[in-house]
Amino acid sequence: MRWGDGRRGLTLFGTTRPFRYPPLMDDPDVIILGAGLVGLTLACALDAHGLRSVLIDPAEPAAALAPGFDGRATAVASASWRMLNAIGVGAQLEGRGCPIARIEVMDGPKPGGLSFDPGRPGDPLGVMFENRDLRAALRARAETGGNIAFRQPARAATVERGAHGVRVALADGGGAELRAPLLVAAEGRNSPTREVAGLRVARWRYDHRAIVTAIGHERPHENVAYEIFYPAGPFALLPMLDGTDGRPRSAVVWSVAAKDGPALAGLPDRAFAAELEKRMGGLLGRVGPIAARSTYPLGFHHAAKITAERLALVGDAAHGIHPIAGQGLNLGFRDVAALAEVLVDGARSGLDLGDPILLDRYQRWRGLDVLSVAAATDGLTRLFGVGGRAASAVRRAGMAAIDRVPAAKGWLMAEARGESGELPTLLRGALV
Amino acid sequence: MASEADGGTIDAREAAHFGALAADWWDPRGSSAPLHQLNPPRLGWLREQIDRHWGADPRDRRPLAGRRALDVGCGAGLVAEPLARLGAAVTGVDAAPENVAAARAHAGLSGLAIDYRATDVAALDGLFDLVTCLEVIEHVPDPRFFVRALAARLGEGGLLVLSTPNRTPRSRAFLIDLAEGLGRIPRGTHDYAKFITPDELGAMLAEAGLRVVDRTGIAWSVGRGFALSDDLSLNYLLCATQG
Ligand SMILES: Cc1cc2nc3c(=O)[nH]c(=O)nc-3n(C[C@H](O)[C@H](O)[C@H](O)COP(=O)(O)OP(=O)(O)OC[C@H]3O[C@@H](n4cnc5c(N)ncnc54)[C@H](O)[C@@H]3O)c2cc1C
Repeated sequence: MRWGDGRRGLTLFGTTRPFRYPPLMDDPDVIILGAGLVGLTLACALDAHGLRSVLIDPAEPAAALAPGFDGRATAVASASWRMLNAIGVGAQLEGRGCPIARIEVMDGPKPGGLSFDPGRPGDPLGVMFENRDLRAALRARAETGGNIAFRQPARAATVERGAHGVRVALADGGGAELRAPLLVAAEGRNSPTREVAGLRVARWRYDHRAIVTAIGHERPHENVAYEIFYPAGPFALLPMLDGTDGRPRSAVVWSVAAKDGPALAGLPDRAFAAELEKRMGGLLGRVGPIAARSTYPLGFHHAAKITAERLALVGDAAHGIHPIAGQGLNLGFRDVAALAEVLVDGARSGLDLGDPILLDRYQRWRGLDVLSVAAATDGLTRLFGVGGRAASAVRRAGMAAIDRVPAAKGWLMAEARGESGELPTLLRGALV
Repeated sequence: MASEADGGTIDAREAAHFGALAADWWDPRGSSAPLHQLNPPRLGWLREQIDRHWGADPRDRRPLAGRRALDVGCGAGLVAEPLARLGAAVTGVDAAPENVAAARAHAGLSGLAIDYRATDVAALDGLFDLVTCLEVIEHVPDPRFFVRALAARLGEGGLLVLSTPNRTPRSRAFLIDLAEGLGRIPRGTHDYAKFITPDELGAMLAEAGLRVVDRTGIAWSVGRGFALSDDLSLNYLLCATQG
């Protein structure tokens, strides 16, 4: 029999009523607030090691899987991909990802920038997945996990973290009180739990919006990702599997001045395609068809401290960076790998999973990595956000220099793969 | 002060006193901070010994299910509670009644059933599958007698795990001059002359009919804190079985 109850609520006459969940047979090891990409991944990683979790999320799960919900695609670094395979998510994504064989960084659509290729045949820098596929795979894996219970849609009405444990009561009488030794906030960038815990974030907004879409194009991308820097902001093309019409496809993340965002995103398809072709400088030939477009405000936020009494932050609740380097979710995956290893080690030693000694280890493990990726990405966008010929010359010199210095390039490559720092076991593709 | 015969009926003021004492013991930045920091490496090693000795699956969360464990010098339960979570029926003994009361208060709030007793191990009867005695033997007046008392509590096929500082210039510099000097450990906690070397401890165990089956060092570094190490010169863990 399943440990928890996966039912999500009863749909009666088109409205979902809160469902009184039966009490859990045992207290969970972890209560996870937020069943987004990172919260789901953590639950799966814990389940793979026999640790029990409850996921609480107010969002309707079916809505998050609907085609229009999230049109983005994500570059999953190879270390993250190894973890997804280790925890049993990979099988559901088989054949759905497009490997990235090389990354070209260019200053405008001119040759002479940086080129990253793995140098190890058969070992891609990352794999591109549609977020919708990632979400569906994680959810399917989580729902079959014997150690995972869902409370969704449900909202935590009260959350109490004390010296001896965490108690969460759900709103609308959604079931008995939940208790666990540890609370994890995976609530995304505006995490209310982080605010209540007084964990301060440094944040700023770039004066930019990202226009995100997927495009068909004439010439094959040959599994190359392009990061093209313009004075107005970076433009990224990421290779995807061919469309159902057989046309080669790429994901576009186009960062534009905030004031231009709505006008550009709202252009008719033909005019939008023409704008894209201009940015792409003929790289992949004629553009079209174009999928639905969405725009995102671009910001940076970083919590220096990601733990408090019986609380750990993961994913965007802890940090959010500019999407230019495609590292946001990968940082979240690395949080999951480190936190899962700390908790699994702790459980096997009989420690209280909310023990501050364990949380300190998680904090130490993640602090430096997150800060260095965030700083590097922020530096990159600032460096490339400066216009003018002189700045361009400096950038080109900088890129050429990096290309010639193997150590610097090696570091950047490892960063793209998600391999720097002391690597958690899951990121090497093994269970703890 | 709570008496041993009170059956848990201590009055509210005493309960508050022991609660505060437990809170201090369990505060990872309080006066027991070094013991909290020692816990992950020493419990990790203890777990390896358990798995090897009883052929347990390293992924099993309750490898001690169905076994009896005794923690000697239990303090407020920093080792007894993990043993209980690993599935053992745990008895914790400590010579100081206030430690035992603090341990009881904490276990109750953590939802763990542990049999705590304020007594000397020499006065205890019953046999146990696992006997642990971590960072204690350096404080007892007669270690040879004490080791015999520990060995006497070990049931057929049992496992004994001990840890203690080595007697070296390094352990003296680290534990007494540095840690006590800086106030990281309360002053007067340690008496260098009472420290025991691994070979001396091995000899005492042999005299009590036990055989050392494994040992490891615990080293300390600024970057990593306490970690298991081949270097026994600071602090060491030792595992023994019968015969
Ligand atoms: C334009 C753009 C492009 C990007 N491209 C990439 C890329 O190529 N590669 C990459 O690695 N990353 C990329 N990212 C970043 C990536 O999308 C995020 O890092 C990732 O989605 C974070 O996942 P999460 O689970 O932490 O948060 P979210 O996905 O925000 O999920 C949070 C969940 O918590 C729930 N929730 C909210 N409040 C509460 C509450 N109080 N209680 C319980 N639940 C709550 C929400 O309903 C939601 O389900 C991009 C981001 C943007 C904006």
